[in-house]
Amino acid sequence: MLRLPEMRRLLFALPLAFTLSVPALADDPVVTIIMKDHQFVPSEVPVPAGVKVKLLIKNQQSVSGEFESSSLHREKIVSAGSEATVYVGPLDPGTYDIFDDFNRDTRGHIVVK
Amino acid sequence: MLPTAIIVFREVLEAALIVGIVMAASRGAAGRGLWVSGGIAAGVFGACGVAVFAEAIAAAAEGMGQELFDAAILFAAVGMLGWHNVWMSRHGREMATHANRLGSDVRSGARPLWALSFAVALAVLREGSEVVLFLYGIALGGNGGPLAMGAGGLIGLVLGVAAGTAIYWGLVSIPMRLLFTVTSWLVLLLAAGLASQGAAFLMQADLLPALGSSMWDTSFLLSDQSLAGKVLHTLIGYTAQPAGIQLVFYAATLLIIGGLMRLVGASERRVAPAKRNGSAVSPAE
Repeated sequence: MLRLPEMRRLLFALPLAFTLSVPALADDPVVTIIMKDHQFVPSEVPVPAGVKVKLLIKNQQSVSGEFESSSLHREKIVSAGSEATVYVGPLDPGTYDIFDDFNRDTRGHIVVK
Repeated sequence: MLPTAIIVFREVLEAALIVGIVMAASRGAAGRGLWVSGGIAAGVFGACGVAVFAEAIAAAAEGMGQELFDAAILFAAVGMLGWHNVWMSRHGREMATHANRLGSDVRSGARPLWALSFAVALAVLREGSEVVLFLYGIALGGNGGPLAMGAGGLIGLVLGVAAGTAIYWGLVSIPMRLLFTVTSWLVLLLAAGLASQGAAFLMQADLLPALGSSMWDTSFLLSDQSLAGKVLHTLIGYTAQPAGIQLVFYAATLLIIGGLMRLVGASERRVAPAKRNGSAVSPAE
């Protein structure tokens, strides 16, 4: 049984251990999604099935956005004028919703084939 | 103004519900108002700090800093809520039997209110930093001007706080002898839900396997995005399409915290009769 100080130390050490173990994923296919004028470009994003894919989200708006997908369990804040990486997959063929949680009019789909 | 109010409301709601439950769970404990408001204040302060350093956090850990940060906050909150619940399972009996004059440990401040205060601070920090980032973006580039933004933000905040107040008043209408049983369960389910959210962030950062990206889909019954779905998401961790790993973390949290509560509660029941005879360690036993 861990004593309290040990548990506290573990609590702080865990995120650090994860930080050090993030693997480099240079070979994964990259798919770019642009957030522009409160739309995703493209709004139907083609993604290959069965492989891990790197989604590069570029927010070209003057307001921050939160790229989110309920079916893919992804949510990531993308500040105005910046870009962020979100990994998805390997995914089964199908259609997955994406939206901007900071602007619900911005909606689209990831289409996995 | 209205879209701003809705988004601020959604973010404030989660933190407000947690504060409402914590206030009910700590009913009757001396100094709880200070601990909880201190937690809220620390959370608001922290949220501003996180918003200022958002880009640096996001860029850390090869672009996965936001995920790791969110996961760390969520698991820390799970730890705090769990710690308090386990403590309560040892002293809750004492509190229930002396409903009107609370047990001495509880009164004297031995109770780990700091754990609840920390959990509140973490919840406010997480949701608050999103509000700050969102409003900051609007202030810089959105249309409608600062007045509409301020008014929208204020309406959202007031509605969120109202929801937290409503759950608090609902809970404290429960008779005192049942209140701590109910709040213990609520805190346990809350912690399990937070752990499942944390698992989703580690999965997003590619540190955990999904173990099935969608175990089932109940979005036709209740969408994650609806108000009821959002409330249940906070209270019991409802997710319309949970990933396998989220279920694993949810169940593990229930088992670990629930198991510790039983263990500690059971050992306390064995010790209690000895204490009543005036000595904690009785050689006669």
